[in-house]
Amino acid sequence: MSAPGLLDSVVAVVARDLRIALRRRADVMTSLIFFVIVVSLFPLGVGADPVLLRTLGPGVVWVAALLACMLALARLFANDYADGTLEQMVLAPQPLALLVLAKTAAHWLTTGLPLVIVAPLLGVQFDLDADALLILLASLLLGTPTLSLIGGIGAALTLGLRGGGALLALLVLPLYIPVLIFGAGAVEASAAALGAGAHLSLLAALLLGSLVFAPWATALALRIAIE
Amino acid sequence: MIMTDIRWFKYSSPQTFYPLAGTLAPWFSAAAALLAIAGLYISFFMAPTDFQQGEAYRIIFIHVPAAWMSMFLYLVMAVWAAIGLAWNTRLSSMMACAIAPTGAIMTFIALWTGALWGKPMWGAWWVWDARLTSELILLFLYLGFMFLHAAIDDPRRADRAAAVIAIVGAINVPIIYFSVKWWNTLHQGASVSLMRSPSMAATMLLGMLVMALAFWMYSIAVILMRVRCVIIERERHADWIKAPGALE
Amino acid sequence: MNWGSLSAFIEMGGYGGYVWGSFGVTAVCFVLEAAAVAARRRSLLRERRELD
Repeated sequence: MSAPGLLDSVVAVVARDLRIALRRRADVMTSLIFFVIVVSLFPLGVGADPVLLRTLGPGVVWVAALLACMLALARLFANDYADGTLEQMVLAPQPLALLVLAKTAAHWLTTGLPLVIVAPLLGVQFDLDADALLILLASLLLGTPTLSLIGGIGAALTLGLRGGGALLALLVLPLYIPVLIFGAGAVEASAAALGAGAHLSLLAALLLGSLVFAPWATALALRIAIE
Repeated sequence: MIMTDIRWFKYSSPQTFYPLAGTLAPWFSAAAALLAIAGLYISFFMAPTDFQQGEAYRIIFIHVPAAWMSMFLYLVMAVWAAIGLAWNTRLSSMMACAIAPTGAIMTFIALWTGALWGKPMWGAWWVWDARLTSELILLFLYLGFMFLHAAIDDPRRADRAAAVIAIVGAINVPIIYFSVKWWNTLHQGASVSLMRSPSMAATMLLGMLVMALAFWMYSIAVILMRVRCVIIERERHADWIKAPGALE
Repeated sequence: MNWGSLSAFIEMGGYGGYVWGSFGVTAVCFVLEAAAVAARRRSLLRERRELD
């Protein structure tokens, strides 16, 4: 019996996590509904002036996306840590960083992607026009995977700690700032007729950088947590 | 030839470093005190009044050194933590632990003096200037390191986990700085900067450098004192520490 | 010498509150930090003596 190939094991991890997420639909829905509620609260707090809402819109959607992603992070490894699956992954012949990447991909498909799909609807609430909505969609599509990747490091570091949730926020939110700036900035720049190309390129650069670095750091953090 | 005779690695164990730190700390304290006196004399009695900012500019004599130290200490902390992670050297991780509070205090001082300078110059206690915002984020990074370390009971796991976040933070600091700068220019932020004084006289620069040295010496002294405490706490059950007079 | 009198020195050309607020808080921070480290050391040494 030979060990399964690298690609097979990645596919297997992704498929397994998606199956679990499908079985626990309530978990997935919770962070999505959190996102929708937070965004919907802002007009109630700052007033319904369309001009104000148009300027606030991208930033509000992005901050809410950041918080929703962060809330979902605790789920990334917690169950596997509790039932011992994570220990098996650390001992598995496949590189741990690759398995982490697979888990992160599955996590993004079940938390990040739904946010991206719902975001244009929320943008309409803030009176954003079609161009702005398109840029918002593109920036979220490029930015939310980075959030999942960076967040994975924090999730692994706080695995099994008391008060893990607040600590996770303290660790991860400062690291999210560049994504927030370029994500919300892309929509603003296009609204100011400056073109969103530079912002989107930088978001893509952040995504590529974290794609290379984050799984490795997460794997390291997981090994530290498991030992 | 003579240099090679000194066994530097001898001091890489807590047991030998503990007395060395105790010997060095008073010297660094004395150097810090002397430099601080010289620096204060230059900043209040030699440096001329700035024709644009009046006397308020004298805040730079502590603001800039504190900001420098806050960034420099973060880098040193991350390097020690990384060494501890890579080679499992206990003393390096203890050093990282001892540096973090001093770095956080330097960051706080940079923020506090920045706000006190900003009020008369910008008319606001807080302006979302790239430097000030980056300092604030740096404070969060320091707090994250300290709280993560405190949240883990096993000191070895705490060292290693905190090292990971220190390294990730060190990689992110420049990215954060440039993203905030970019964001700031887009939003037409404040154009006056503490450092961009048009008439940076030589005495002003000298005062800043002497004060920076004073801050540096102070940091080394207090970090050496703190690392001695950390060594006692961590090595509590080691044989050497139970020997009479070992804690002197 | 920049200052004609002590009161001019304290006033700092009208920016006294800002300048002394900065230097004062910095001094307080350093003193408190050093005192905290000294207190930590004292309590560790006391703990040791109680063990002996």
